Amino acid sequence: MFDYETLRVIWWALLGVLLIGFAVMDGFDFGVAALLRVLGKTEDERLVMLETIEPTWEGNQVWFVLGGGAAFAAWPQLYAVSFSGMYLAIFLVLLALILRPVGFNFRGKVHDPRWRSLWDGVLTASGIVVMLISGVAFGNLFLGAPFQFDNDLRMSWHGSFFELLHPFALVAGLVSLTMLLAHGACWAAYKADHVVADRAVRVARWTTLAYVVVYVAAGIWLAYGVAGYAIVGPVVTDGVSNPLYKQVAHGSSWFASYLEHPSFWLAPVLAFAGAIGVQLTVGKKGLGGFLCSSLMVAGTILSAGFALFPFLLPSRLDPRSSLTVWDASSSKGTLGLMLAMTLIFMPLIIIYTSWVYRVVRGRVTLDHVRGSGHTY
Amino acid sequence: MIIDPEVVTLSRLQFALTALYHFLFVPLTLGIVWILAIMEAVYVMTGREVWKRMVQFWGVLFGINFAMGVATGVTMEFQFGMNWAYYAHYVGDVFGTPLAIEGLMAFFLEATLVGLFFMGWNRMSRIAHLLTTWFLALGTNLSALWILIANGWMQNPVGSAFNAQTMRMEVTSFAEVMFNPVAQAKFVHTVSAGYVIGSMFVLSISAWYLLRGRNTDFAKRSMTVAASFGLAAALSVVVLGDESGYAVSENQKMKMAAIEAMWETEPAPASFTLFGLPDVENHTTHYALRIPWVMGLIGTRSIDQPIPGISNLVEDAKGRIHTGLQAYDAMLVLREDKDNAQAKAILAAHDKDMGYALLLKRFMDDPRKATPADIQKAADSTIPNVPVLFWSFRIMVACGFYFILLFSVMFWQASKRQLDKRRWLLKVALWSLPLPWISTELGWIVAEYGRQPWAIEGVLPTALGVSSVTAGQVWTSLGGFVLFYSVLAIIDAVLMVKYAKKGPDGLGLWPPSEPVPPLTNVAAHAGA
Repeated sequence: MFDYETLRVIWWALLGVLLIGFAVMDGFDFGVAALLRVLGKTEDERLVMLETIEPTWEGNQVWFVLGGGAAFAAWPQLYAVSFSGMYLAIFLVLLALILRPVGFNFRGKVHDPRWRSLWDGVLTASGIVVMLISGVAFGNLFLGAPFQFDNDLRMSWHGSFFELLHPFALVAGLVSLTMLLAHGACWAAYKADHVVADRAVRVARWTTLAYVVVYVAAGIWLAYGVAGYAIVGPVVTDGVSNPLYKQVAHGSSWFASYLEHPSFWLAPVLAFAGAIGVQLTVGKKGLGGFLCSSLMVAGTILSAGFALFPFLLPSRLDPRSSLTVWDASSSKGTLGLMLAMTLIFMPLIIIYTSWVYRVVRGRVTLDHVRGSGHTY
Repeated sequence: MIIDPEVVTLSRLQFALTALYHFLFVPLTLGIVWILAIMEAVYVMTGREVWKRMVQFWGVLFGINFAMGVATGVTMEFQFGMNWAYYAHYVGDVFGTPLAIEGLMAFFLEATLVGLFFMGWNRMSRIAHLLTTWFLALGTNLSALWILIANGWMQNPVGSAFNAQTMRMEVTSFAEVMFNPVAQAKFVHTVSAGYVIGSMFVLSISAWYLLRGRNTDFAKRSMTVAASFGLAAALSVVVLGDESGYAVSENQKMKMAAIEAMWETEPAPASFTLFGLPDVENHTTHYALRIPWVMGLIGTRSIDQPIPGISNLVEDAKGRIHTGLQAYDAMLVLREDKDNAQAKAILAAHDKDMGYALLLKRFMDDPRKATPADIQKAADSTIPNVPVLFWSFRIMVACGFYFILLFSVMFWQASKRQLDKRRWLLKVALWSLPLPWISTELGWIVAEYGRQPWAIEGVLPTALGVSSVTAGQVWTSLGGFVLFYSVLAIIDAVLMVKYAKKGPDGLGLWPPSEPVPPLTNVAAHAGA
């Protein structure tokens, strides 16, 4: 139906969809968890916050699991190189994700303030760890990673955990952190009791402002301080998936694709528009603020993805080993089959997820959690 | 590049530990979710409150377990990339697909609905809640289907071919991967084992209530459901386990021979060794107690086909290493000159054996330089750990037959409405609680340890699949897993025992007080 080149572009876009789905759907859960003790001053207030995400966070986290599965199936080398190369960082994310389901479930099972504050700490820390490390990992994509392939396409990585903490990557981590904290605060402003929501409005305003500052800083740094990568010579877009068949130069600009495709500028514009929208609408404590922060999240991820295109993960050690959209994908048959599956199941997922959100609609009030003596 | 054997060992250990740990929780979820679905269906059909309370009470225990299953499942999805990067590259085109479809079709469904199962009682109609529970059950079981399709392909890699240009396996027929007979047999065997675990869980805890004279109506009803469902499941797990055995003998002859400690090929139909002490060094089994014909019948469904023994299979492996080396050589030629017709023809003829040449890579960089002694060593390495497989298999099967017996007796007692009449039977039911977990874990040991030295049977040796990480990194993660998993295991066990002991009466669920508390009150009342 589609040729190999088109399928690859579609799967690059779908990778973006999954990342945005993860950041938008799961991101606010992380944000709420991280703000648990900031916005919730009493046990009841924290119960309110937890209940705003309790019925749905588990489904939201599947965006992440599905992202991993889809990367494995559609971009196997991207999955293999990034997960094994950034081993300890990924392990920290994994621990954070392991502790979340049990944290949500176990927290309410024992009536002891120490027990509950322990799990509050766990949930907060796990939210922060995932938000920060996701951003730091994204930042490292721009810096290029220290890996190379041998002729068997076995990857070797020549760097340590601490090398991932380059100042630019840390700024990227801050972009992710401030963005998702703002996103979580917008959710709390929309869903939580007014006592909590009023605090959330203030936090959303400040974190959005902080986000704009670090996002602009990261953009300027990227333009002037981080060299880009470019494929040299003829670009074969429907060739076999073997990264070693191309040549790559390091030293161009990451903004090259923006000059080539001016429409890409819509992505950062979307991010800024979202941030402005949050400032304007979050005070109403309605769905508007949350929708604006969702746009902000989507615009930020798109702007990064567009800058990288066609690179998925460049190598600074051996640039030709870099993974690109044109040479790191699965076979044509697998991409086609997976696309068919996505087209069948993604609409179903959206339908039943929307239904669940409809069932649990409405603001979670303090009276509600006090009245029901809630589990969580 | 020579692979660090310490990294291989540590990565295998970590995978084995995390997978076995994950599978303490998964089968209980798979089974108990259907028991909840049955109970809730009875509630909706009869309108009797006690059945709703049963769903809610067993649901609390289900919830604790479900959280652990989800938490430890994420590890599995990550680990292929973290620790098995070359594996992920080499087979991602085939193996990644069922994992991704699992997410799309199954995991999304169950994870999205599980919140409503707990919190939706007062927010939707009875029918809508029943549908939520049923789709939750469907989601968990579909999830198992896709995972076992992925695992089935590791045992029997159909529908795929090696591509020398991309240095990996690629899908040639996804239908073959999906309808892989090994995967289908494994799926029904594995979910049946889960149903046995779910049934035993409900049966044992209910037996404990009856022994204490607590919650008797509640417990008897629960036991009746568990005994009937458990009997069907136990019968199915044994019958379909036999189907699984047949499928294994078709494509993993070495695993079959190791399970049987069958060192030499016997004249057909082979006998089944009921008991014996396998002696790895001398390739013999001491004190063997053999039942004539049985093995031949199970393994080949015939009386005239022989089942090959270990020594013969090692000889076969040697032959396949030799042809595999021709394929390997042709692959290297093709990498430089992709249109070389002669090399293409050789690779096409022998690519099914190339994995055997890769067995040599554990010992040397260039398998083409292998001496006959190296080849012998590689061929010998295809023998899995015979005593472990021999015993694991026998204990698993013995448990399987015991489950049929126990559930039959309990079913009989339930039919005669005499569940609380024989205390010793209740004690037996209570103390049988750990057995299905033991047999299930042993089943995985047979399946996966028995697959060694292969990650993908005949295609990719396990040792080759590892990432280029350092031993120090794997020590760190392994230590982290041991620490966190141990703490979580203790918390899980404490909470399970706490809530099982409280019981429906202690939680204020049954008999109903006035007013009847909604489910979400459960824990609050528990602590009050």
